[in-house]
Amino acid sequence: MALFKKTKPNEVEVPLKRRVGVPNGLWTKCEACKEALYTKVLEENLKVCPKCGYHFRLTSKERVNLIMDEGTFTENCGRLVALDVLAFPEYKEKLKKNQETSGLDDAVVTGEGRIGGMQVAIGLTDSSFMMGSMGSVVGEKIARIIELAIGRKCPLIIVSSSGGGARMQEGILSLMQMAKTSAALAKLAKAKLPYICILTDPTGGGVTASFGMLGDITIAEPNALICFAGPRVIEQTIKQKLPKGFQRAEFLVSQGFVDMVVQRKNMKETLVKVLKYFKPAEHN
Amino acid sequence: MDRLDFDKSIIELEKKIEELKKMTESKAIDFSDEILKLEIKAEKMRKEIYEKLTPWQRQQVARHMQRPRTLDYVGRIFEDFTPLSGDRLFKDDPAIIGGPAMFEGRPVMIIGTQKGKDTKDSIHRNFGMPNPEGYRKALRLVNMAAKFGWPVISFIDTAGAFPGLGAEERGQAEAIAKNLRDFSTAETQIIIVVHGEGGSGGAIGIGVGDKVLMLENAVYSVISPEGCAAILWKDSSKASNAADVIKMTAHDLLELGVIDEIIKEPSGGAHRNYDKTAAEIKAALKRNLAEIKPLELHDLLERRYQKFRNMGKFLEITAEAAGAGKAG
Repeated sequence: MALFKKTKPNEVEVPLKRRVGVPNGLWTKCEACKEALYTKVLEENLKVCPKCGYHFRLTSKERVNLIMDEGTFTENCGRLVALDVLAFPEYKEKLKKNQETSGLDDAVVTGEGRIGGMQVAIGLTDSSFMMGSMGSVVGEKIARIIELAIGRKCPLIIVSSSGGGARMQEGILSLMQMAKTSAALAKLAKAKLPYICILTDPTGGGVTASFGMLGDITIAEPNALICFAGPRVIEQTIKQKLPKGFQRAEFLVSQGFVDMVVQRKNMKETLVKVLKYFKPAEHN
Repeated sequence: MDRLDFDKSIIELEKKIEELKKMTESKAIDFSDEILKLEIKAEKMRKEIYEKLTPWQRQQVARHMQRPRTLDYVGRIFEDFTPLSGDRLFKDDPAIIGGPAMFEGRPVMIIGTQKGKDTKDSIHRNFGMPNPEGYRKALRLVNMAAKFGWPVISFIDTAGAFPGLGAEERGQAEAIAKNLRDFSTAETQIIIVVHGEGGSGGAIGIGVGDKVLMLENAVYSVISPEGCAAILWKDSSKASNAADVIKMTAHDLLELGVIDEIIKEPSGGAHRNYDKTAAEIKAALKRNLAEIKPLELHDLLERRYQKFRNMGKFLEITAEAAGAGKAG
């Protein structure tokens, strides 16, 4: 399975700018084991370190390529950009810079397409844009994709890479997006449609405490940080180091808040397997 | 933080009035003219100073140790409150109180975060910062209220959900997320009263309802001014600047469409007059309950959905005119 493919005509053109950790060089140092990896090999291995299994962060576009059937994904729910409602210091500049480096309007991509031939609505937050934090745009687009799933009567998948939680720069309106997205998920549940939630590194704060914890089935990538309060905040509160593996995906499975940890290479087949349970019964 | 800088002159004058009153009583010298004059002066001072409070000063009022706590209001507004305990899953969380009470002759369900009245009580209440079991207890009570058709009144006064080891282990995020979802569809009226601090996820975790009311000097924010300053300027002592930036006062929130109504506080703040503040809240509750009471359940829930669905401001780039679109 190749992560990087030719851009399909129905896909929005997104420049593949490199992020921290994976410079556009020949060699990439693994963030976990520090091994120097041949970038091409790393990318062929879905950006998972062949030495230690560390899962590098993916952009929303890379994630779409990973799990959606080739050429089936189309973006929808409009193009929304953030407003600097609070006149918050440096927010405008930050938005502009992140738009340039990520090629995205904001920290979310929504659309529809097929997985294993099955129609799904999908929303993905993207840590390459202000750490995937949720302001009005992320909240609105997530709400729209949920409502689209209800309209289409199809399953919903949300992939989170939102270490930033609720976006500080939009103040209280960011907090309200937690209520907005969670209320929309209540509507989806009422329509008896499935929500599969995929938590990737990192997912924190207001995103974990809203659509991140409301999946019918919740899947996480290995070692993903999934938390409400960040590790540093907790260490400051309790004034001691956190145990190893605390707030990591495997820990959340054992605590009962995530159903399973799935390797990146197995993510698509896992989705295909679980989506089958929700297929409407075929008429004979 | 018993004394606020901007409060000093008022307190001095109030003390003087008290002394004169005592003298009038004990020595039988009549100072009533003088007292009346000073009282008018004090009232004027309270009004003037409190009208012009900066966001950071309001935050200090909201955090004042003498500011009424949720239970102070419960005792003054409702009759026959019966506190209930526990989430039926793990334990009781003293940072969140709740239970049925009578309001104007009808049963209601009360939930709310509770800060302590003194050091010992504060420790017992974890300084009003709930753990997951607190949020689960609140949801248990909301579900009970829905079952019996009792309106829910939710009182918010918390610095935030507790960022502790156990809270994470027991799913703080899951508890809050589930409340957001299930409060949005709970089949009864819900009125929220933010009366002190509205600390981020810890506040919204019991903050979804049909009406959101807020006391004049209460604050409600995604992050504390200290936290904001630490991120912005790597310096939490610049919190007063951050308080301006983050837009956390009742007036800001009314303008942003996040709250429905500001409840007036007595001049000089809620801590100067518990009874009067409680009476204002009571009147607001009565009025707002009367407004939503006649709604059919379906309409009530759809309004609640749309209320939060419409929160947020952004620019939509339309296909025809990229760059100039409507703000939602």
